[in-house]
Amino acid sequence: MMQAFIALVRRDIQLAMRAGGGAGLGVVFFLSVVTVVPFAVGPDLILLARIGPAILWIGAMLASLIGLERLFAADVEDGSLDALAGAALPLELVTAAKGLAHWIATGLPLVIAAPFLALMLNLDLAAIGALVATLLVGTPAVTALGLIGAAFAGAFRRGGLLIAVLVLPLAIPVLIFAVSATNAAVTGPVPFGTPFQVLAGLALFALVLGPVAAAAALRAARG
Amino acid sequence: MCNAPNAGPGQVWSGLTLKGEGLACRRGTRLLFDNLTFALPAGEALIVTGPNGVGKSSLLRVVAGLLTATSGRAWLEGDRSDLRPAERRHYLGHDDALKAALSVRQNLGFWQGVLGGTGLDVEDALDEVGLGGLGRLPAAVLSAGQKRRLAIARLLVARRPLWILDEPTTALDAAAQARFAELGRAHLAAGGLILAATHAPLDFGPRARDLRLGGRP
Repeated sequence: MMQAFIALVRRDIQLAMRAGGGAGLGVVFFLSVVTVVPFAVGPDLILLARIGPAILWIGAMLASLIGLERLFAADVEDGSLDALAGAALPLELVTAAKGLAHWIATGLPLVIAAPFLALMLNLDLAAIGALVATLLVGTPAVTALGLIGAAFAGAFRRGGLLIAVLVLPLAIPVLIFAVSATNAAVTGPVPFGTPFQVLAGLALFALVLGPVAAAAALRAARG
Repeated sequence: MCNAPNAGPGQVWSGLTLKGEGLACRRGTRLLFDNLTFALPAGEALIVTGPNGVGKSSLLRVVAGLLTATSGRAWLEGDRSDLRPAERRHYLGHDDALKAALSVRQNLGFWQGVLGGTGLDVEDALDEVGLGGLGRLPAAVLSAGQKRRLAIARLLVARRPLWILDEPTTALDAAAQARFAELGRAHLAAGGLILAATHAPLDFGPRARDLRLGGRP
């Protein structure tokens, strides 16, 4: 079972890294959002530092959703999903493996890019540390919730729009607690740990819910 | 050579029987088939034939567990392993389930890993289907027939008793069709079962029976 899980994760990472696989797209989108904001807001360093965590998180969250609509759709179209039903893995772990691969290919680069982009928004060291911590915990949650939308998009073919409509409301709590944890690390008065623990709880919840709900959606669409 | 791929402990599968009981399938408002009952013992093949749209693929998908039957059930009787039914069968559908961006070897290696490879090595399986030496090529440059052969190689890298084949010889040339029939006969000789839907004649030997759907005028 472990062998099958690893084989699936490895293939999906390979596919994402290929030209046209879309792994770089998320980072470029993230970079674009964060670069454009200072031009729109103006050179007010204090204001930038204040809204910086929110801008970075909005960029990271939207970037996490890029590429999700093809995650299952590609496998549905080329018959891979039918063959995967016979894998030595339950469908819940198939969706989890695909989610993990998607996060490694698109979510992890965002976490790595974030500290550099944070410098452009005048964030101080404490804020950058808190931001990276929240991204490391929060982006897997966004990807896991995104799996649900991705499964619907795959099941109902033209479902690209569904992802934003289905996933964004579910991801809002993650955004709220991630940004408030980062702000808390800089300005207080709440300690960083309080919202961060809620964020971690939300992430654990999403990591369980996402793959199970995605598998249920794929099963329901089969008939 | 023709016994090579699946020769082995045939007796492991000898007690198996694929049974279908009172199967019915409705797609939309159309009843494709109704009250379909069959039993397929180990070592035999059942070839489903019939005109287009009569429900051959649906029957195969029902047996594979990919489609829920309107009524009735299909199961593998005498299966003493603790694997899920889906892990006891291969389903080869219309699509080849290949990723164009990956190489031939990567594609097959992936299926070996995911299906819990207990069969041939990737290289040996490629040799068996006549793709030896093409392992490094990206799957994108293969011809339709070669893609089909690569999909067929999936049957060889993981040993499973039941092969469910939907139009398996589409796009294959005459030599490749004969080669595929050989692989099928070897699988039957090793005690395997084959359920296939086809329009082209499939020579699986004397142990193949026909199941004709859509007899009604």
